[in-house]
Amino acid sequence: MNFKLHIWRQPNAKAKGHFETYSVANISPDCSFLEMLDILNAQLSTNPVSHPVCFDNDCREGICGMCGLYINGRPHGNDDGITTCQLHMRRFRDGDEIWIEPWRAKAFPIIKDLVVDRSAFDTIIQAGGYISATPGAAPDARNTLVDKHSADLAMDAAQCIGCGACVAACKNASAMLFVAAKVSHLALLPQGQPEAKQRVKAMVFAMDSLGFGSCSNTYACEAECPKQIKRDNIARLNRQWEAAKMS
Amino acid sequence: MTINPNIPQGALPDKWQNYKESQQLVSPANKRKLRIIVVGTGLAGASAASTLGQLGFAVDAFCLQDSPRRAHSIAAQGGINAAKNYQNDGDSVERLFRDTIKGGDYRAREANVYRLAQLSNNIIDLCVAQGVPFAREYGGQLANRSFGGAQVSRTFYARGQTGQQLLLGAYGALSREVARGTVTLHTRHEMLELVTEPDTDGTPVARGIITRNLVTGQLERHAAHAVVIASGGYGNVYHLSTNALGSNVSAAWACHRKGALFANPCFVQIHPTCIPMHGDYQSKLTLMSESLRNDGRIWVPRTKQLAEQLRQGTITANDIPADERDYYLERRYPAFGNLVPRDVASRAAKERCDAGFGVAYDGNAVFLDFADAIARLGKDTVSQRYGNLFSMYHKIVDQDPYSTPMIIYPAVHYTMGGLWVDYQLQTTVRGLFAAGEANFSDHGANRLGASALMQGLADGYFILPYTLQNYLASHIHDGMPSTDTQAFAIAHQEATDRIAALFSHSGYKPSNNTPADFHRRLGNIMWQHCGMARSKQSLTTALQLIGELSQEFHQNLHIPGSADEMNPALDQALHVADYIPLASLIATDALLREESCGGHFRVEHQTPDGETLRDDEHFMHVAAWQHQGSGQPETRLTEPLSYQHINLSTRNYK
Ligand SMILES: Cc1cc2nc3c(=O)[nH]c(=O)nc-3n(C[C@H](O)[C@H](O)[C@H](O)COP(=O)(O)OP(=O)(O)OC[C@H]3O[C@@H](n4cnc5c(N)ncnc54)[C@H](O)[C@@H]3O)c2cc1C
Ligand code: FES
Repeated sequence: MNFKLHIWRQPNAKAKGHFETYSVANISPDCSFLEMLDILNAQLSTNPVSHPVCFDNDCREGICGMCGLYINGRPHGNDDGITTCQLHMRRFRDGDEIWIEPWRAKAFPIIKDLVVDRSAFDTIIQAGGYISATPGAAPDARNTLVDKHSADLAMDAAQCIGCGACVAACKNASAMLFVAAKVSHLALLPQGQPEAKQRVKAMVFAMDSLGFGSCSNTYACEAECPKQIKRDNIARLNRQWEAAKMS
Repeated sequence: MTINPNIPQGALPDKWQNYKESQQLVSPANKRKLRIIVVGTGLAGASAASTLGQLGFAVDAFCLQDSPRRAHSIAAQGGINAAKNYQNDGDSVERLFRDTIKGGDYRAREANVYRLAQLSNNIIDLCVAQGVPFAREYGGQLANRSFGGAQVSRTFYARGQTGQQLLLGAYGALSREVARGTVTLHTRHEMLELVTEPDTDGTPVARGIITRNLVTGQLERHAAHAVVIASGGYGNVYHLSTNALGSNVSAAWACHRKGALFANPCFVQIHPTCIPMHGDYQSKLTLMSESLRNDGRIWVPRTKQLAEQLRQGTITANDIPADERDYYLERRYPAFGNLVPRDVASRAAKERCDAGFGVAYDGNAVFLDFADAIARLGKDTVSQRYGNLFSMYHKIVDQDPYSTPMIIYPAVHYTMGGLWVDYQLQTTVRGLFAAGEANFSDHGANRLGASALMQGLADGYFILPYTLQNYLASHIHDGMPSTDTQAFAIAHQEATDRIAALFSHSGYKPSNNTPADFHRRLGNIMWQHCGMARSKQSLTTALQLIGELSQEFHQNLHIPGSADEMNPALDQALHVADYIPLASLIATDALLREESCGGHFRVEHQTPDGETLRDDEHFMHVAAWQHQGSGQPETRLTEPLSYQHINLSTRNYK
């Protein structure tokens, strides 16, 4: 298969970026999207005037959350429930033009080309996205029973890989789904109760102060989440938030 | 040089307790004044850094990714072992210990493995307290599954994302310490050099590290009273593996260059169930978790004609009637069936494929079939257990495993070898410790499934916090470590020079000389000549080919861009530059280990029915290699192993 690629190039955070156009030929439909970019980069490496395109990636199997490209107007491209590294060229047609951009959000400044700085997510977790447990003081695991339904819902929420697609998909660049997933995961478990109120307040406060927009309930986040994290978590976050404010 | 594993006195079950009771402690006021560097934020690094921070030490944690949460541990699928015996099926610390020693084919230290089995239960307690959403039964109790090499169900899991959930637990604990100010994070930082100074007796002592900021390219100096290496395994020396692309040996190798011994490099685990290779553009191989072998049955056709028709695509798996299928693991190993250890299952797959019974592409694939499980349990149950793995498979191969058997083939997965450490996880450099997959400690010649997560977390949450304290207790008067020393200046210069040397040929002949090209070529050599079956001849060939590749690499390497910017090609070049000498060391180690054990299979040493043949008389030891300077042959030292608690026997899974 052959493709024409329009890729966002930006040498560093301060520089002005622009689209460059490249072509790649003879790509196998079984090739993954990032392998296609590897092929492009091999081409660019041998050309003294062009530099390979920088993009983040690591596990290449949809779990580390490192990759994330905005492809033809969709975070992680035109398939549901996948990350960019799980997108395959068989999802495109021969001869397609493909527009490739980084996540665009004030809270995720561009570092270089397609690489953005998502450390704001770490800052939100540092504000309270955990249960304080220490190796010396944990009770025997069998003493904590968790009904299967709650455990399953907690796991559904806990699957978030922190890739940032929800922020990139949202017209307000809100981090609501990310925060809601962590708050829900911990609020659904008995172990998470002692810190629940303080957690939701601290995380929401951190989110607001880091430059993420507010949620206007359009749920583009849910539609584009590679782990299909549900909007119900946002409702749960709102309930937690209301309860925390009352106390 | 002699190497001392420093195993505490006492009966095996009492050793760890004895150690803890006699070790030295550091007072809270002094902890704040002691700095510890932790390289890596996977399960081993994040658990160590967070626990050391909780205790009050000043910790600096480093990782390559943009966030600690993305370490390669995140990808672990199947589960984590513990001797809880919640299933009441006869499990115990003693049994987990025995299974692990036997699974490792009697090439691991008894004392370390016993401690690991003891600590396994504490890990589950802690992880549940952290909110790790392990799978539950309807009554609310924790659920378990079985893994290879065990006849009990002792594996705890969180769907197919156990590593992710455990790492998020450790990352949460780490994040809490960052907020409390005890841990400072350095993301997108790569360790390039270990800084050492000689102690009064000449032994090197760790003083800190030199890192490269992966965004700006700047080299930085970081000093500490102790350094922990938790940088993961070196499977990517084979280029294609189940590891994340960024996994590398460079941090461990930097320590090796400075005097840390590297143990058992040839013990590499090749995992039986991975999605087969399909093109030369391929960048990685995807694992299909061992947990699938709980319910999936592995088979190939009984006849070569049928196999040929499958390869041609004229028939599919579903066209083959039951009596034409050879469930070769169930046939050869009736006691363990599809749940034999990984090394055994991988070799059996290779044996069938080499004999002409392979089923897809180039004939390097076998079936993993869920039809019986679906008939027995229903599609819903199967989907609950393995749904995410099935959809991952579907996306990659474009076939639905609910209706067509999966195709799988072995791939490089895990490295049992690594930095040599004593019982305290201290290397032969004083104040330098190694944890997780980066050390060689607990898995002998083959690791059992679900025990890497256990080991990484035991090292980080429960062992290092004690042993580091014991080390640091005698350093409370050292004062703040400085980076303004000659040792730092030298190491800094070494890093600068190494990078400059890699760029020195850029522009010469770019095509086929990128770091990725060399990496692929090196991987091919290793897979062909130092993979699942090794012989004197193949290993000699490997050494020769690696030597030639090394020369070409240092003459022709072309790296685009420069060193003072974000440059993934340079990152890869630095990794490949270390993989090349490592590859030589692996082949040499394999050549000198004239026996077969665990994942190390020398065709010259096998039983008449093709099983591994150990030589306990000559090789019941750890081979620990000492670096002698770039390009020089390394020295092989040995640490004898002795089994007092366990009776040596031939591994038998029949
Ligand atoms: C696909 C897959 C599935 C697996 N499933 C299981 C399972 O079900 N059960 C099980 O027990 N085991 C499993 N394993 C094995 C297990 O996941 C690993 O052995 C384990 O997670 C390794 O953890 P670690 O902390 O030692 O290293 P890693 O998680 O690899 O972390 C390494 C860290 O070091 C950092 N680093 C590396 N080099 C440098 C450097 N030079 N400078 C700075 N930082 C550096 C990285 O950024 C990272 O933070 C699996 C492995 C794979 C590949
Ligand atoms: S590279 Fe890890 S999720 Fe895509």
